[in-house]
Amino acid sequence: MTFTVTQSGDVSIVEVDGQLIVSNRQELKQKVLDQLEKGTRKVLVDFARTSYIDSSGLGVLVSLAKRMRELGGDLRLANLNDDLQTLFELTKLDTLFQISESRERALESF
Amino acid sequence: MEAAPALEDLDIRIPSDVQYIADIVDQVVRRCAAAQFPRRQLALNVPVALTEALSNAILRGNREVVSRVVHVRARMEADRLVLEVRDEGEGFDLDACTEDPAREGNLVREDGRGLFLMRSLMDHVERYSDGGNVVRLTLRRA
Repeated sequence: MTFTVTQSGDVSIVEVDGQLIVSNRQELKQKVLDQLEKGTRKVLVDFARTSYIDSSGLGVLVSLAKRMRELGGDLRLANLNDDLQTLFELTKLDTLFQISESRERALESF
Repeated sequence: MEAAPALEDLDIRIPSDVQYIADIVDQVVRRCAAAQFPRRQLALNVPVALTEALSNAILRGNREVVSRVVHVRARMEADRLVLEVRDEGEGFDLDACTEDPAREGNLVREDGRGLFLMRSLMDHVERYSDGGNVVRLTLRRA
């Protein structure tokens, strides 16, 4: 389980490798908050290498999206596989987040 | 492809620490793979529902008191997986505590999706007390 942060222009990209669950959600939250602290207002979470997400992982994404919006920024998602997409649809979170099918599309959307 | 050999039932007790969850989930998924469960159930239904059950037991049932034990059992019964997660808490009303994410206001909540996901991803979820608080999850092989 690792979170890798890279930069593409003014967008911070966080790649989730492995699970995003109750045991590591705070690590993701801190990584994104660190980017906000540095002045970043556009964050893309890339799930291309993610195995599964639990409700705590979903909750931290909701929390971060709220914080980003309060600061006039935006948090977007990319590369959900069919299983992860199902998770977002079941919880209706596909209506809350802007989700792109690839990192490139997501970067273009900002 | 040759079927993997069946693995023994899992019967394990862990301290109330969320760092144990991923390993338990991995052990159960490997058993389901050996029992020929399809990829989607291995990647979605089993790991997410079991993570929710373990997380509830550790955080809510045992209030993250490390000395309190979570007892996990996983067994294959013909074409189905039966999971039992027991904590030392007082239990809860499964129906009353399950939130509908479509209900107004719930979409932007940070919590409250765990039981809903567990029930959406398993064929059957029940909760009962037997001296401890037990959540039993059942999933038929698709």
